Amino acid sequence: MASVCFYFQIHQPQRLRRFSIFEQDAEYFDAEANSAILRKIAAKCYLPANTVISELIEKHDGRFRVAFSLTGVFVEQCERYAPEVIDSFQQLAETGAVEFLAETYYHSLSFLYSRDEFVHQVQRHVELMQRLFGQTPIVFRNTELIYNNAIAKAAADLGYQTVLCEGADHLLGYRSPAYLYTAPGTDVKLLLKNYRLSDDIAFRFSSKSWADYPLTAEKFARWIGDVDGQGYVVNLFMDYETFGEHQWADTGIFDFLRQLPAAVLERRGNDFKTPSELSTYYPSSGEFDVPHMISWADTERDLSAWLGNAMQSNALHELYRLEPAIKESGDEQLLEDWRLLQTSDHFYYMSTKNLGDGTVHKYFNPYDSPYDSFINFMNVLDNLRGRLE
Amino acid sequence: MKIFMLGWEFPPFISGGLGTACFGLTRGLDRVGVDITFVLPRPIENADAEHVRILSPASATAGRRAEVPYATIASEFKHVTIRGVDAALDPYARPSDEPSTHQTERRVAESPAIPAQPAPVSVLGNSPGSHYGGDMFAEIERYATLATNLVSHETFDVVHAHDWMTYLAGIEIARESRRPLVVHVHSTEFDRSGFHVNQRIYDIERAGMHAARRIIAVSYLTRNIILRHYGVDPRKVDVVYNAIDDDLEEQSRTELPPIARDDKIVLFLGRITMQKGPEYFLAAAKRVLEVMDNVRFVMAGSGDLVRRMIELAAEMGIGHKVLFTGFLRGDDVRRVFQMADLYVMPSVSEPFGIAPLEALTHDVPVLISKQSGVAEVLTHALKVDFWDVDEMANKIVAVLRHPPLQATLREHGSIEVQRFSWQDAATRCLQVYQTACGSA
Repeated sequence: MASVCFYFQIHQPQRLRRFSIFEQDAEYFDAEANSAILRKIAAKCYLPANTVISELIEKHDGRFRVAFSLTGVFVEQCERYAPEVIDSFQQLAETGAVEFLAETYYHSLSFLYSRDEFVHQVQRHVELMQRLFGQTPIVFRNTELIYNNAIAKAAADLGYQTVLCEGADHLLGYRSPAYLYTAPGTDVKLLLKNYRLSDDIAFRFSSKSWADYPLTAEKFARWIGDVDGQGYVVNLFMDYETFGEHQWADTGIFDFLRQLPAAVLERRGNDFKTPSELSTYYPSSGEFDVPHMISWADTERDLSAWLGNAMQSNALHELYRLEPAIKESGDEQLLEDWRLLQTSDHFYYMSTKNLGDGTVHKYFNPYDSPYDSFINFMNVLDNLRGRLE
Repeated sequence: MKIFMLGWEFPPFISGGLGTACFGLTRGLDRVGVDITFVLPRPIENADAEHVRILSPASATAGRRAEVPYATIASEFKHVTIRGVDAALDPYARPSDEPSTHQTERRVAESPAIPAQPAPVSVLGNSPGSHYGGDMFAEIERYATLATNLVSHETFDVVHAHDWMTYLAGIEIARESRRPLVVHVHSTEFDRSGFHVNQRIYDIERAGMHAARRIIAVSYLTRNIILRHYGVDPRKVDVVYNAIDDDLEEQSRTELPPIARDDKIVLFLGRITMQKGPEYFLAAAKRVLEVMDNVRFVMAGSGDLVRRMIELAAEMGIGHKVLFTGFLRGDDVRRVFQMADLYVMPSVSEPFGIAPLEALTHDVPVLISKQSGVAEVLTHALKVDFWDVDEMANKIVAVLRHPPLQATLREHGSIEVQRFSWQDAATRCLQVYQTACGSA
């Protein structure tokens, strides 16, 4: 028997427009591109995938259950450019089989730079979930599954008893992500991503060079069954854009999703649980000690996607250095612009890792090079700083 | 494999990318064991400080002078014989309807007092303001005859001709020896003339490309021009990128005494001609100076537009911020790189562009025109459309203002540039030779 836990991340940044040092106008975001990208993904992924999920919940009478984490930046853009996406999520919320998780509203790296800002953004996100879905999230996931012991403590301080993180091999050692663990010195239960099975769907599904291609629901259900006897949970954490955008509809990804719940539930004792249900149902099997930051990004599973070079750390440092002055200014628009600049994607675009073959970093990346992205960001920041004077 | 190569300038007399490429490639081929007879047009006798002589070990050119500077360079070659041809050709010269782009201005800028030297064949470069005149094409034909005369003593598998001035010789030698011709296109008339194409030059280029069994283009940019404007079968055009000399990398590690300065320095280094886009550099400089003060713009190089650029900088009111150094070589080049915070190559049409690689080996980050071949292969570089002066200025300001940007570009760029090896380029050339022989 195994409990399968699906959690889908949904986020779209507010991409910056081209902003040269000679710009005067304090309009930073590329409304046209952001709107076009959001509508495109809504049509290819969010709406059709929500339809499939909704059908599955109905078909299996609530035995198929999933969790979502929607960033505030994503929701705002939906409200502006594709309100039908919000309606669709609200309908899912009404089924009672969908859980919404807490995270930073701006999909930011604020935990690393400002605890005040971090707390503010999590609270603001919770309020948004309450307003949209009538749910108060009780499970926390930090931006890009960035995690360490300190984040568990901070989440506990905010009242969360469950936190999601990456099942990083170098920390797990011989242990398995099929168990729940506790963060040292807290009661916080940790749900660890089973990255092999998650990535089989998210990254390898349509890869013809993969030995297990093509992936069928039956085959995947069998792999889930392999957990039996060595644990009890299979945490499938991935970007929601996997369905229809990263893996296009013609790869058969939606059919796979349609067939998977039946194939899983066919085996006796198997079920689907949301993160909070897992946490309530299963005990901790010990401590998972994470002194250094981990994440779900790239092969390194660390912070190097956002803090791998001097430009990235410079941009982040300069941004957060403005915090006291921005907050003292009492200028709401300035504060909002500053917060939108905290979205982690801006720094991800500056990554020089594997340049040339870093295809993942290219995804909806508006820049030709990480250098262009840094220059653009710093010009915007320069303008923002100018507004303080 | 033995190659009869019709090439250009060898050190220390190198005035541009063509000579650098010919030398680098020849050395790369030597190291991969290809035998080469390298035919070199004898540089013009004039008042230049370096007394360049051609090494001519073969007795066929007996009677030539003793060959000092080349000896050291040539002695490291195992498979190369250099044959001098007494022809007064300058690869950067233009026909008589246009001012000579290169030699003339250098004389003006550096040594106006030098009297004209008597020269047996051509007056090129011997006195300020002198032009090729009608002699240019005659000289090319004379060179072809002289080069062809060398052939009777030689056996070889392939004739390899570098750029248009050697094509007539290449065609003739290939015909007489019944060996395949490979032409190497380092630039086309379209790059050099800005589309004010000289018909005679175009005709020679076209004849060379059509007579060639294989064509080597230095980039896809150049390959596209060859296909679009010369009506060549795409199947016979290969791209072999240029590279950077390993010696230069070692050289750059030896420290020169540091130069104290307060101002940031943005460097233009290259021939100051239309093709290199110097006026875009100045226009960007003006924009930069609108938002920054502590910066100077150095224009190192000679060319037909030097005077015009000096005037233009003055007209723009930025004359005090722009420094013209004239043509630099050797330690002066290293010194100017050492001073520079950023190297800018705003070329209007640059078939490849070796200079940015040189800058990177000297730890100087580069901003290069998207209209360049090197932009196809360099990832750790800033890129801009040559005409987008505002964006050029935007990027210059960013590098000068944000040390982490400069550091990241430098750090990655100096690693990336090590991938450009002449030996790899030579290996690709060897494949081209083999194809040329195979399809005979």
